[in-house]
Amino acid sequence: MLKTPLHKFHLEYHAKMVEFTGWEMPMLYTSIREEHEQVRTSGGVFDVSHMGRVKVQGRHARKLLERVCSRRITDMQTGQCRYSLVCNERGGVRDDVLVYKLDDADYLVVVNASNREKLLGHFEDVRSGAAGGAGHRLEAGATGGGGAGHRLEAGATGRGGGEELKVTIEDQTESTAMVAVQGPKVMEMVANFSKEIPALKRYRFTVKNLLVMKVLVSRTGYTGEDGVEAILPAGAVNMALQLLLKDVDMTQAQALIKPAGLGARDTLRMEAGMPLYGQELGEDICALSCGVDFAITMDKHEAERGERFIGQDALEKIIAEGGPSRRIVGLALEGRRTPRPGHAVLASGAGGEPIGRVTSGCLSPTLGHPIAMALVDSAHAEVGTTLAVDAGRTQLEAEVVKLPFYKAAKPKPAATGASA
Amino acid sequence: MSTPDDRVYAQTHEWHKTDGDVVTIGLSKFAADQLTDVTYVEIQAPGYSFAAGDPIGEIESVKTTSDVYSAVAGEIIEVNQAAVDDPSLVNSDSYGKGWLVKIRVSDAAGLANCVDASTYDANNAG
Repeated sequence: MLKTPLHKFHLEYHAKMVEFTGWEMPMLYTSIREEHEQVRTSGGVFDVSHMGRVKVQGRHARKLLERVCSRRITDMQTGQCRYSLVCNERGGVRDDVLVYKLDDADYLVVVNASNREKLLGHFEDVRSGAAGGAGHRLEAGATGGGGAGHRLEAGATGRGGGEELKVTIEDQTESTAMVAVQGPKVMEMVANFSKEIPALKRYRFTVKNLLVMKVLVSRTGYTGEDGVEAILPAGAVNMALQLLLKDVDMTQAQALIKPAGLGARDTLRMEAGMPLYGQELGEDICALSCGVDFAITMDKHEAERGERFIGQDALEKIIAEGGPSRRIVGLALEGRRTPRPGHAVLASGAGGEPIGRVTSGCLSPTLGHPIAMALVDSAHAEVGTTLAVDAGRTQLEAEVVKLPFYKAAKPKPAATGASA
Repeated sequence: MSTPDDRVYAQTHEWHKTDGDVVTIGLSKFAADQLTDVTYVEIQAPGYSFAAGDPIGEIESVKTTSDVYSAVAGEIIEVNQAAVDDPSLVNSDSYGKGWLVKIRVSDAAGLANCVDASTYDANNAG
């Protein structure tokens, strides 16, 4: 099992370690609920070193990413990060990624831990010309399976294939570490040693020299709170964490920042309505179903130096035929039962026909009631629709609600006078 | 907290403490830790009769849902409403305030399949 450079740190803070996609990671230190609340009210520090970090460099780096990403890359500015999907030829989702533009020919792509090897292979296929040209498309509804049926039809457009791109693809996951510091009080603390970082806009980053090491700090995260994520050399992360937290005694009950584990990360991202690969996102779930339409730019090839992206043919066809047959929705429930992934979702309340399944769920620590995300037939996806979750022995009434479930208060301008 | 030796432990991690013909059942600290934060406790109502090894309720945590089993046969005489109202008691005081249910025993033979505290700890140490 792979260990992150912060493994010893986790053990010192008595983490309960679990296997997660081949990595030994902290599930929790004290309690998932406590860590969740700590992040919502003050700040938490997460080791996210298991996330894949892939450098894409060279003359055609931009072109490769344009072909791979569902969102425009060409108009990104240096110092900007952008959330995007990486689709498959059927319009399903290979992964969701964050692309960092370091320079015109220098990008970093942060990918899900579970998809690192797969995406490295995919990027290499696109680089070598083996993929990214000749299209496969998703034929919607061709099997007559009442909306759920899609089948593969190969080789529809035959565009572009075979060109080899001048790009180097380097997996830096194990030579670097990644830490997320999230919560409403994080930027105040960061302001103690940097004026520049609290002045960053959301989805912007800067590269700082901290002693002898380079640290990439972005104003991003996966919790719905303000905060930063930092990428730095594996050998430096423990010292950097000590510097960052030198005035914080994380063992204190009222500490400004405390370690938080993957358990809290999951309930935090659920409340924030953020999809997770393997649950809301997957190879067999249409990209247009996932509630992240902002990350799919269907006309991006029309822009200057634009490129069509892999999966675009299939998505165009699905749109032309009336849109995706299923949608990810938010569900709000009463009581204290937790909807679990795989629970059937039923139409029009208890006793109804199955029309989908739960993809994620928890008893929301912030809201105090159960919440879930579910993949349901589009006809039942409208906000306000009454559905039910079949939790085995009981059926729980659920209402379709708008995502996110929780939205943080707008971050205040930093005390340093920087504009927010 | 050390595992109390005044009670016995089922393979399914419920502790059973006998007082005359009444057995009190709760979840071991080990099991509570494995579940992580308990969010929901549901136990059958007083008057419910069952056979040894039957599920008598459900416990949910952030991570999972699991059944609660009784090693003895009998009838429920009391449910710990405090734990239903505040499921975190199962985590914070699993051997005390976080008890789950009291049972009037009709057949205690199943207790023979339970183990003592030191054996239970040894089984979980692996």
